[in-house]
Amino acid sequence: MSKINSFVVVLALLLVAVMPFSVMAQEELTIQGSSTVLPIAQKAAEVYMEQNSDVNISVRGGGSGNGIAALIDGAVDIADASRFVKQAEVQAAVENGIYPVPHRVAMDGIAVVVNPANSVEELSLEDIKSIYTGEATNWSEFGGPDMEIVVVSRDSSSGTFEVFNEITLGKERLTKAALLQASNGAVAGVVSDTEGAIGYVGLGYLSDSLKAVKVNGVLPSNATVASGEFPIARPLFMFTDGWPEGLTARFINFILSAEGQALVKEQGFVPLH
Amino acid sequence: MENKLTKRKAVEKIVFSILGLLMLSSIAVLGVIIFFIFKRGLGVISWEFLTSMPKNGMTEGGILPAIVGSFYLVSGAILVATPLGVFAAIYMTEYAKKGKLIRIIRIGVNNLAGVPSVVFGLFGLSIFVKYLNFGVSILSGALTLAIVILPTIIRASEEALMSVPDEYRSSSLALGATKWQTIKNVVLPAALPGILTGCILGVGRVAGETAPIIFTAATFFSMRLPNSVFSEVMALPYNIYALVATGTFPQKQIPIAYGTAVVLLVLVLLINLVAIFMRIKFSKKNTN
Amino acid sequence: MLNWKTKEKIIKNILLFFAFSSILFLTGIIIVLFKEGAPIFSKVGILEFLFTSDWYPTYDPPGYGIFNLLSGSIVVTIGAMVIAVPFGVASAIHIAYILPKKFKNIVKPTIEMLAGVPSVIYGLFGMKILGPFLREVFGLPTGLTALNAMIMLGIMALPTIVSLAEDAITAVPQNFRDASLALGANRLETMFRVILPTASSGIVTAVILGMGRAIGETMTVLMVAGGASLFPSNILKPVRPMTATIAAEMGEAPVGSEHYQALFGIAIILFLITLIFNIFADFAQQRFKKKVSGE
Repeated sequence: MSKINSFVVVLALLLVAVMPFSVMAQEELTIQGSSTVLPIAQKAAEVYMEQNSDVNISVRGGGSGNGIAALIDGAVDIADASRFVKQAEVQAAVENGIYPVPHRVAMDGIAVVVNPANSVEELSLEDIKSIYTGEATNWSEFGGPDMEIVVVSRDSSSGTFEVFNEITLGKERLTKAALLQASNGAVAGVVSDTEGAIGYVGLGYLSDSLKAVKVNGVLPSNATVASGEFPIARPLFMFTDGWPEGLTARFINFILSAEGQALVKEQGFVPLH
Repeated sequence: MENKLTKRKAVEKIVFSILGLLMLSSIAVLGVIIFFIFKRGLGVISWEFLTSMPKNGMTEGGILPAIVGSFYLVSGAILVATPLGVFAAIYMTEYAKKGKLIRIIRIGVNNLAGVPSVVFGLFGLSIFVKYLNFGVSILSGALTLAIVILPTIIRASEEALMSVPDEYRSSSLALGATKWQTIKNVVLPAALPGILTGCILGVGRVAGETAPIIFTAATFFSMRLPNSVFSEVMALPYNIYALVATGTFPQKQIPIAYGTAVVLLVLVLLINLVAIFMRIKFSKKNTN
Repeated sequence: MLNWKTKEKIIKNILLFFAFSSILFLTGIIIVLFKEGAPIFSKVGILEFLFTSDWYPTYDPPGYGIFNLLSGSIVVTIGAMVIAVPFGVASAIHIAYILPKKFKNIVKPTIEMLAGVPSVIYGLFGMKILGPFLREVFGLPTGLTALNAMIMLGIMALPTIVSLAEDAITAVPQNFRDASLALGANRLETMFRVILPTASSGIVTAVILGMGRAIGETMTVLMVAGGASLFPSNILKPVRPMTATIAAEMGEAPVGSEHYQALFGIAIILFLITLIFNIFADFAQQRFKKKVSGE
């Protein structure tokens, strides 16, 4: 019997341990969505939480579709997205009594990148299309070495994928041979490791281990994205349910402030002002 | 004749050596995996890594919220699954007569054990997160994990209860105790070490489960510890996956993933070792 | 105060309820899967869903053919078994039959520890260590391939197979062995002609359960299989097994959308496959029990 009792005591102790140790009242904010916007949201959340100790902000990635779906379900306060909300999503939202309101937080260009060992310097939007549909399979077709093209793409949950798709592929389908990666970082990793690879990443992810190609003769940079010259560019959004109030409003205002936009620039994106 | 005998002996020796070699390589695999994870991750581990919050978008700082999150999820799952599993096992060993009913229950347990972990995740998402509206939270995650380990706990408890000698039961009943009194005061205490071993194995299994919590509990980045059962949490296994597969700054985040992997691996292997020792000790005691 | 007999009865019924919990959850899972996933079968057609290979769930018009995903899962599982069965069964025989008892108590738990290593750690190993190694060796664009997934899943299925197959071999009654040896067979002949045939259905159970573990494994294949929805005609190319598809895409699919239903549809197929495996394993187990009890 005493054994049983001690078993019960152990269980009870565990139960107490499971009880939250901080009962302090905290304001909660949950953010979910685009992995492109993720660094901005994370950094902003971090700085904001340092300034306001009574606030708890939880940030998750998973893709734009993911974030907007969560907003539609009422599961998050802010949905990060690297694309605009789709008609079908607005409909689903309204059916759930949710009114997605977009807030533009930054500009981003999608750089098309190849391995630094690749001699190809420039591709047209048409070239990119034929590579990503699987029509063209060798770099020699574009003045490069005789080498198989390894197509690297983001997976379909990513807003970067959808924007890239819309601008370069139109209605055509991505080749099934494409390696689908879950993040900008993963795409950058594969392209920098693989000689024949081509991929696309946000401007913030350009580094020495990747080579950005000119698209239609324009090299991606903050200036060419801000001026609209670079063809594969898009605004980044945070969506809220209705016009934001309370903590959500304060947080969005923080990102749009000069301090917040400085963080945007620090993370490698193009600030709004 | 002599020749044939030595040939037979030689063949036997060769076959046995090949078998031995295959077995040794199976063990070596475990060594190789542990070695590489430790080699790459051990350098990251420090007191600060274990006890501080992540910084700069999970590129610096520690993994305290993931450790705490995993602790909550695992404790919650065990708290729910243990009584459920032990009571189920008591019925199966002490009350049910051999026959159709027990056969059906056992098929249920076996099949539940075989359900792929991602399917548990979908179930948790649909029932706990959406239908019961617990949201992505510790509660949803712990309940999902509890179902994942239920079969482990039922089987271990069943085995422990069955290993209690029948004389215990008959002497208690002979002294006038009711069946439930016998179970409560005689059988359960005798089976307790075995049941505990099962729970410990359950802890080890559940601490490493990732797929069931992706949609039900886990979050990538949090700078505060959870403050209610409805908070979403970071968790050790999900942290590894998120950093490696979806991390945005691989150069800085992959070392943290290795560090997290070392923490998780040490935890899980220790838990397994404890369970093994308990099992050995317990089985010795019973045979004596 | 309750009469003790009524009290006993109440307790018995409460326990019976708990005993049914597994079946309750299993039924719950089936209901949830079909409720959420069945609509896709009527929209797309079950044959089209299973046997066409355009998986483009977010396009307009969408494609919901899982043939490449299904074959990816099957090929990877078969490959894993090709690796795990020889190693697993050989280890089991060695442990049960050749190894001295005192080593057995060390070796078996050590291999069983492989089962304790979390799948995400196997994934990390496969992705960051085995992947680059395979890329070098075969000169591939990427090491995240079907082969990588086969190796990792093979390792993961190993402890299941070793542990259960060893139990089966040990369960062969001692007098079977003694009789064979007394008739002049040596230990090797006894092993092949008496022990293994007797233990065979137990070993089959072990292999089927190992297969179930491999086909349902999620995190490892998500991390190491590469994720391209190609037909697995070359094991040095990436594949996208069913479990990886569900885990990678579930988060993005709005509840109730076609994509969401299609992912639950995949889960139904996956669940049915593992269910069949489990029923087979159970069947083989029953046969084995009869055999060693000497009927």
